[in-house]
Amino acid sequence: MSGVKTDGDRARTVVSTFVLHLRPVRVPKAAIRFTHTFGLGGMSLVLVGLLAVTGSLLMLGYTPVPGEAYASIERLEGEVLFGPFVRSLHHWSANLLVLVAGLHMLRVCFTGGFLDGRALNWLVGLVLLAAIAASSFTGYLLPWDQLAYWAVTIVTGMAGYVPLAGSALAGLLRGGAEIGPDTLGTYYALHTQWLPALLFAGAGFHFWRVRRAGGVVVPPDAVRDERGKPEQVLFLPHLLWRETAVALLLLAAVSLFSALVRAPLGPPANPGLSLNPAKAPWYFLGFQELLVHLHPLFAVVVVPMLGALALVALPYLGFGQDEPRGAWFLSQNGRRTARLAAAVALVATPLIVVADEALLGAFGAAAGGAALVTRGLLPVATLLAVCALGYRRLRSRWGATPLEAVQALFVFLATGFALLTLTGIWFRGAGMRLVWPWNA
Amino acid sequence: MAVERVTPRRSFLGLAWLGIGVAALGEAAWIVGSFLKPRQKAPQNGGSLVIAGASDAFAPGSVTAFPAGKFYLVRLADGGFLALNRQCTHLGCSVPWDEASGRFACPCHASAFDLRGDVLAPPAPRPLDLFAVRIENGIVKVDVSAPIRRSAFDASQVTRG
Repeated sequence: MSGVKTDGDRARTVVSTFVLHLRPVRVPKAAIRFTHTFGLGGMSLVLVGLLAVTGSLLMLGYTPVPGEAYASIERLEGEVLFGPFVRSLHHWSANLLVLVAGLHMLRVCFTGGFLDGRALNWLVGLVLLAAIAASSFTGYLLPWDQLAYWAVTIVTGMAGYVPLAGSALAGLLRGGAEIGPDTLGTYYALHTQWLPALLFAGAGFHFWRVRRAGGVVVPPDAVRDERGKPEQVLFLPHLLWRETAVALLLLAAVSLFSALVRAPLGPPANPGLSLNPAKAPWYFLGFQELLVHLHPLFAVVVVPMLGALALVALPYLGFGQDEPRGAWFLSQNGRRTARLAAAVALVATPLIVVADEALLGAFGAAAGGAALVTRGLLPVATLLAVCALGYRRLRSRWGATPLEAVQALFVFLATGFALLTLTGIWFRGAGMRLVWPWNA
Repeated sequence: MAVERVTPRRSFLGLAWLGIGVAALGEAAWIVGSFLKPRQKAPQNGGSLVIAGASDAFAPGSVTAFPAGKFYLVRLADGGFLALNRQCTHLGCSVPWDEASGRFACPCHASAFDLRGDVLAPPAPRPLDLFAVRIENGIVKVDVSAPIRRSAFDASQVTRG
């Protein structure tokens, strides 16, 4: 009997109206292809949601006081049904979120998603990425085990090298001269209140700005009508089903992994006994690796500042007018130059790391003012010169457009930094000496 | 005439709102900042003063760890005393004393320091920090309230009984 509505129909109408209130009715068909975005932004949102749920559960059993924190985690793991599972879920999804959000940034960058009125949203995305790193880092301290204590010691120690404000900044990050009750209390508050609030508000704004910009970047191979408008499909069901499938698969994968692999928990924190080697959380190990090679002022302040400045400035450099975008690595030539840049970095980075290790072993590190030049100014100036020369060469010899050349440099630097991070994770053993992962 | 008057008044009010808004933001930032700022530890009576013991109890050329005070009391070969902060000057790891090699060897990034706290091996940028030592009636006392930075060892840092 058509025309007669059951309660089920009415409920479906309410749900779909609500969904369509949040999302557009029609979306470009070519833009919903999975390999166009790999669903990385949506996955980040799913992981943030999962972290909020598991985090809220963990809060019920956790005591943020140095004498109690470790014991409360042990009780949670030993006495609470599903305690280890929920903690593992929280731990692994937090790590995955740093990775997925980082890859999301690269995806947006390599499809030109920061152009065409999306500059502000690129900046919002950078703030969100920083908030994710901060959330993950503040959470790292909470179990109060050796791993947590020394990782946070190392990272806050890095902040001490900021000129002039260094010791004040390190004091602020530690809540005192050393990591103690004040540090744990502050990190707990930031981790469970301030950063989640920033993340949820920021993510809401971020998604809204994507919609304002007309959805994600449309790939150039989209079928377009005579007015140049890309072919559309209905959001419901086409995109919604894909999004739901990705979200469910992700949840299933993280749950399965967490059921099989427990979140690590070392021995309780002991301020008198340093770990060997003492490492920062993995996403900061690129900077710790830089510290082995460069003067602290350059490893901790100059290089990260230059990197952050370049990321912030990217949409405002004026590149990309009337250049191809939307496809992965922009164009055929973009893919070619990106491959070239990645190959150069893949070869050069390990060579430099090994050569510098030999150099340090043979001559030792310079001290004082000389180190500022030989282990600071000189290498950074060389890198900048290589980038400038590379840019000119890409433009003249490889026929790259300005945007493609900038992209190739970005690929070069990002690949180099990723390799430094991997070196820090797997190839650094006792005393931060180079080792093979299977000997560590 | 009336129109000319309205516009400057509007823009003045707009500016005033903006000014109040900026001031309110500044106040909010100030409040948040003062909450985040490390609290001063209340000075307990003599809490920052560690009584190490009689000066005769420490052999010349020896290193004694004081875990509660987070320092090493060093007696140099000539009988002078130094109190070295156990925090590595590189990134803040705790540095153990290695009796066999006669050096402080940091496990985190392989920095090493000699008996006087001077840097033997980088990446540590400066010698181990000092705590003030005084000797009263043959008793060694160490003030652990504030570590003292230095760029190199010199004889004036040594306390003699």
